[in-house]
Amino acid sequence: MIVPQQAIVAPLLSVQGLTISVRDRGVVRPLVSNLSFDLRPGETLAIAGESGSGKSITSLALMGLLPANVSVTSGQLLLNGVDLARLPETRMRPLRGARIAMIFQEPMTSLNPVQMIGAQLTEAIRAHEPVSQAEAKVAAIEALRQVRISEPARRMRQYPHELSGGMRQRVMIAMALALRPAVLIADEPTTALDVTVQREVLDLLRDLQAKTNTAVILITHDMGVVAETADRVIVMQSGRLVEEGTAAQIFAEPRAAYTRELLAAVPRLGAGAERAAPVPPEAPIPIARLTKASVHYDVGANFFGRPTHRVHAALGVSFDIRPGETFGLVGESGCGKSTIAKALAGLVPHHGLIEIGGKPTSSLKAHERKALRRDIQMVFQDPMAALDPRMKVGDAVEEPLVIHRIGTPAERRARVEDLFRRVGLSTEQMSRYPHEFSGGQRQRICIARALVLRPKLIICDESVSALDVSVQATVLALLQELKDEMGMSYLFISHDMAVVENVVDRLAVMYLGQIVEMGTRDQIFGNPQHPYTQRLLDAVPIPDPARRARDYLRPSGEPPSPLHPIGEAPTLADLIDIGGGHLVAKS
Amino acid sequence: MVDTAHVPLHAPAPAASVLRRLMRRKLALFGLAIIVIVVGGAIFAPWIVRYAPNEQLFEGLTMQGAPMPPGGEFLMGTDLLGRDLFSRMLYGARTSLIIGIVANGAALTIGTLVGITAGFLRGWVGAILMRFTDLMMAFPALLLAICLAAIFQPSLWIVAMVIALVNWVQTARVVYTETTSLAEREFIAAERTLGASGGRILFRHILPHLVPTLIVWGTLGISVTVLLEATLSFLGVGVQPPTPSWGNIIFENQTYFQAAPWLVFIPGAAILLLALAFNLVGDALRDVLDPTQRGRD
Repeated sequence: MIVPQQAIVAPLLSVQGLTISVRDRGVVRPLVSNLSFDLRPGETLAIAGESGSGKSITSLALMGLLPANVSVTSGQLLLNGVDLARLPETRMRPLRGARIAMIFQEPMTSLNPVQMIGAQLTEAIRAHEPVSQAEAKVAAIEALRQVRISEPARRMRQYPHELSGGMRQRVMIAMALALRPAVLIADEPTTALDVTVQREVLDLLRDLQAKTNTAVILITHDMGVVAETADRVIVMQSGRLVEEGTAAQIFAEPRAAYTRELLAAVPRLGAGAERAAPVPPEAPIPIARLTKASVHYDVGANFFGRPTHRVHAALGVSFDIRPGETFGLVGESGCGKSTIAKALAGLVPHHGLIEIGGKPTSSLKAHERKALRRDIQMVFQDPMAALDPRMKVGDAVEEPLVIHRIGTPAERRARVEDLFRRVGLSTEQMSRYPHEFSGGQRQRICIARALVLRPKLIICDESVSALDVSVQATVLALLQELKDEMGMSYLFISHDMAVVENVVDRLAVMYLGQIVEMGTRDQIFGNPQHPYTQRLLDAVPIPDPARRARDYLRPSGEPPSPLHPIGEAPTLADLIDIGGGHLVAKS
Repeated sequence: MVDTAHVPLHAPAPAASVLRRLMRRKLALFGLAIIVIVVGGAIFAPWIVRYAPNEQLFEGLTMQGAPMPPGGEFLMGTDLLGRDLFSRMLYGARTSLIIGIVANGAALTIGTLVGITAGFLRGWVGAILMRFTDLMMAFPALLLAICLAAIFQPSLWIVAMVIALVNWVQTARVVYTETTSLAEREFIAAERTLGASGGRILFRHILPHLVPTLIVWGTLGISVTVLLEATLSFLGVGVQPPTPSWGNIIFENQTYFQAAPWLVFIPGAAILLLALAFNLVGDALRDVLDPTQRGRD
């Protein structure tokens, strides 16, 4: 492949002075102001920025899919000299898909759930090209083969829910590339995917691009993804372009202050090594101890209505959380890490033994269990979903005190006010509703709510995953500060290895419901033993374009299913101590 | 601006402020005006009308024995028996309001309680409640109402009760579905981890989210129940003649629609207007109570 040199090749797409505005009750407010950039054939241009930067709305403008109250108010979008912004819908439609295609963040919602994959693919092809059904089918199978989907002929007859997230995103890519578009817009294509799957999809995009010479606009918030894939980068903030340059320039010598901040906030693997705080020692009574804890669900039904299969969401999980430590639980979606959190919080029934402060939870009476709730609090992934949208945030933070009948109204209010100040919000904001806050502020509210009962353990279930990197950094710092001040423990659950490395003292790696490796942070990150741990670490995108050309071991096929016929439990892996409490599953 | 520091934390949205924001909406005000007029007319009927509702007036019929059209001596004309329609409409409003508000409200309450309990508890309790609801839904409502009305001596309150007993099923179904999806939401899981009791979750966190649905079903139910009462009257198991209700005025006179259209048109328009009025107020109330809609009026 010939790498296109700048200025030699004429731009395929040229955006000039683009301003996009929203009209809300008579007020016109710009979302994107005066944005200009060029895209050359075969190159990958990353548009990076945090939420509200206008990166997604720019891509929708390119596709001519802006919402009804949003419009291009000035500037040009020239695709081969044709201004897309002035094109009527009747002439835009044939271009969409054929010349300029798009893939979205969430492949499940972008595919029609009640139509077979094959039908959706052939429909997309026949919408643009005058081919017969049989020819379209051949083209569709070829497109699936191109995106390295196993058994493409069989996949044609499957429905979206039968495929894994990574496969669905590959189907979306196949659909987008089937017509060989000149420009492919990928809007956060890997954000909803696991890190190992993200790696496969990014590799695939790069290979296909080399083969077809498609120009790609990659929209992402993840600077690691930018470093791994982009030729050139545009950094956007609040609708404005703050910096433009080649990937090497942006990462090596960022000029704009905002770019520097953004890069500084990116959690990096290896950066945690500097924070060499001692691991809290073992205590006689751990905060929480799990001994062979399992959670399973029965599914299916035979003729007599008895379940036929069992999903082993968590199997034989044992670990303890020491006072004052941050214990990490990592793994990809479906590995059972959230299930363990729910079992610990008493949200799902479990087998085996879970002890909180030395007392087994299963033998407790109702009022003892309620008292136990005071010691364990949870901070969820999506703060908007975790707050009642019809309750004022001050009331939401106070509610745990009301539930547990603690203090007089005045005392309760004082404590809530104190916590609001402590998490960096003002007390005036207490009478507002959740939708009036930003994502980071909402997560602060959730943290305040978790703290109000002065718990001994806070479970953070992907608590920073939905936040922008700069916000993520401040929330992580807040969690650390609060821990230093109040001395509680955290169970920190995350799929993001870089974040985990920066915050935890000890951690366990989970795979298919079981722990495959456990140890201190230094043991796991410095000397990963289990192949799965190694794969996880390898797949993490590194925010440094100079270190791009790593060869990655592609895992073969799909991960095995956690579904087993009843009576056939999966085999329990034995954990072996290889020294200093570093436990590794025997494979 | 009130100093927020002195407002107790758990003060609900002050009623005065809800009313004030309601008043800012013209359509809601229009609806409220209609409701006030109808309720006022029903309450003060004896002081407003010139003739008793059931009095068969000699001058209420023409020489040929036909009813009088609206205008002149009789504001809304007279019916086939020479009774003053205006008077019958005002007194009939009493019956229809009781049916439309009390019976409909009772149906809504039963439906909500069944739906929310079944949707929240699920399991065998939910299964029994919902299968019973399905059974009630499959049973012809009119037949059930006739059976119930035949067992009890028909009176206004019995009719109201019968209507409530056949009309709660749709509400229960809708509330059940909404509750099951609400119960899956993460903020409910968050409440559980805080140690909140089932009752607290149900009434403080699930019920407020059902308000928009309940308002829609409540306003739709008004015309349905008023007409159901009319059907029952027509079949002889409703409010007993000569007591007027808007529904039975329509049914009594529908065969003479061509000769005396006002006898059907006026009560029909009244039912429509009342349902519309409640609908307008309900819609506005839904917006006003929704915190995400604040600042949009």
